[in-house]
Amino acid sequence: MAGKTLYDKLWDEHVVRQEEDGTTLIYIDRHLLHEVTSPQAFEGLRLAGRKPWRVDANLATPDHNVPTTELKGGPETIEDPISRIQVLTLDKNAQEFGILEFKMGDPRQGIVHVVGPEEGATLPGMTVVCGDSHTSTHGALGCLAHGIGTSEVEHVLATQCLIQKKMKNMLIKVDGQLQPGVGPKDVILYIIRNIGTAGGTGYAIEFGGQVFRDMSIEGRMTVCNMAIEAGARAGMVAVDEKTIEYVKGRPFAPTGELWEKAVAHWQTLHSDPDAEFDVVIEFDGSQIEPQVSWGTSPEMVIDISGGIPDPDQESDPVKASSMRRALEYMGLKAGMKATEMPVDYVFIGSCTNSRIEDLRAAAEVVKGRKVSDRVEQALVVPGSGLVKRQAEAEGLDEVFKAAGFEWRNPGCSMCLAMNADRLPPQKHCASTSNRNFEGRQGAGGRTHLVSPQMAAAAAIAGHFVDVREYL
Amino acid sequence: MEKFARLTALVAPLDRANVDTDAIIPKQFLKSIQRTGFGPYLFDEWRYLDVGQPGQDCSNRPVNPEFVLNQPRYQGARILLARENFGCGSSREHAPWALKDYGFDVIIAPSFAEIFFNNCFKNGILPVVLPDETVDQLFREVAEQEGYMLTVDLAAQTLTKPNGEVIAFEVDPFRRHCLLEGLDDIGLTLQHADEIRAYEARRKQEAPWLFVHLKEVAEKYNQV
Repeated sequence: MAGKTLYDKLWDEHVVRQEEDGTTLIYIDRHLLHEVTSPQAFEGLRLAGRKPWRVDANLATPDHNVPTTELKGGPETIEDPISRIQVLTLDKNAQEFGILEFKMGDPRQGIVHVVGPEEGATLPGMTVVCGDSHTSTHGALGCLAHGIGTSEVEHVLATQCLIQKKMKNMLIKVDGQLQPGVGPKDVILYIIRNIGTAGGTGYAIEFGGQVFRDMSIEGRMTVCNMAIEAGARAGMVAVDEKTIEYVKGRPFAPTGELWEKAVAHWQTLHSDPDAEFDVVIEFDGSQIEPQVSWGTSPEMVIDISGGIPDPDQESDPVKASSMRRALEYMGLKAGMKATEMPVDYVFIGSCTNSRIEDLRAAAEVVKGRKVSDRVEQALVVPGSGLVKRQAEAEGLDEVFKAAGFEWRNPGCSMCLAMNADRLPPQKHCASTSNRNFEGRQGAGGRTHLVSPQMAAAAAIAGHFVDVREYL
Repeated sequence: MEKFARLTALVAPLDRANVDTDAIIPKQFLKSIQRTGFGPYLFDEWRYLDVGQPGQDCSNRPVNPEFVLNQPRYQGARILLARENFGCGSSREHAPWALKDYGFDVIIAPSFAEIFFNNCFKNGILPVVLPDETVDQLFREVAEQEGYMLTVDLAAQTLTKPNGEVIAFEVDPFRRHCLLEGLDDIGLTLQHADEIRAYEARRKQEAPWLFVHLKEVAEKYNQV
């Protein structure tokens, strides 16, 4: 019998019961909640007279609607009345059902996918879900983590389980050594560009190979975060010494004897050498350049040394029509060089790239330089209160502010513009977020996905530029 | 949930690949804490020429005459014909809520994004996956014939064209059963409550670190 993949192991450990047709009840170890996708689930519980199955498995924090500018007081002072209601509703629900919440103003509050690992609330080997597609982030710790809809949020609250069928196994193997100036974001954009936004549909993706072994845990989070942009609900990386080192000492991580026992188990969380994957895709990491998206889908990505492709050269008519539509929406022309694309706004933040290493990488480029006059607004939004505090202790806030960036409070911010941070129509934004869909950062806004270093370099130049010229 | 009944309904074509859930229901409408009332804002940025706000009365908003759902011939459609990777992006269940509230009961496409696909079944919407060529052919027929209707029979897993031609499709048996009977997933799962408890008891022995009480530990580590 062939060995097991990491996904097989995580799946098998969480099966509560399985029907003959493969329909399975899977146990959920950790449930993360935020204010946008939970109110209807709590309301459903209330209407059915149900209680949460296991209150202590849940952790809540508001992030999508949270203002990133200084407030006069708590959430009751949020200017937008409907954002305010949503945040206050989460506070009320967490209080009523007895769920731990890191509220606005608590330094532990932040983007739910930054907070979970930071607190040790997500641990290797767990099943982790949240009503948010970027829950795949937590797979970086060797978890089975994926997004769910609101009905499933209610289902997990009520039963601590989900009804699922097993996905297929995909291994994306990137070997070799990354060039200086090329980071985790470039790697994942490069992968999506090659396999497409539906390339991973139906699969759990394991990221393996030298590039991911060499990568930090935060870098792996950036990669797993965008597995969903490749169509896969779950992305994951095997546990290694870096994972264990990362988890050690975090507030919710085990200690003492329990720690030793946990570590012994976590060390088994990797695919067996003879494990069989349904699909294996390999890339050479040394060939990856800094990447930038030009269109309105996360697969519309080019090398910074490249140019915008021509829809007339595309043989698939559905694809060609999407490209034409994207060019029109973005106000760009086929054949234009990546470095000719303008930048009006810069956003460094989001669950993809708002951790301390992201901020350090951006600050390294920004240090001693000025944001271009062309750029109307440049934002840095740390992923959590603790990331912000750490960055300030290292003086990164001063580096950003001196260059002309605004230094904000934690939240999802301009990644999806549910709070007041919005990209105006037709403005081009160098953004470290994860989606360049039409209107994502604000109605009519034009998003270009890049790494934190590339966003920083674009802010300085006023157009996209190869960050390697700035290092 | 209501039982999914056999239906014969008008088909509206949305000829775009990778339609994401941000397009289906833009973020400003996610601030609602209800499950209903999203229909008027379905495809808001494509459907209207202005930028919509939650709670806004849409009857006087400038509509985009180019957008397919605004064309008189597609009014009253309950079946949406779509392209590959429909529903990609955000996990927001507001997307199927908006489609259902607008009046769509069935979506036909060559492929769907998984979270969206799953969310459809929880809300009484049937997503039907058909081969590329079949979808291409349906797009052609819908364009050629005004008032093009399909009959959807979930029990038989068939679509019937106006000319009587039958297309078979497949749906996961468990999901089909739930949709046909209008079953509540939570109720079904709670029938296995003893098994869930037994699993938990075993895991508490094997991996006790998974059962740390977050609230108690947080109080101990209070970093505020």
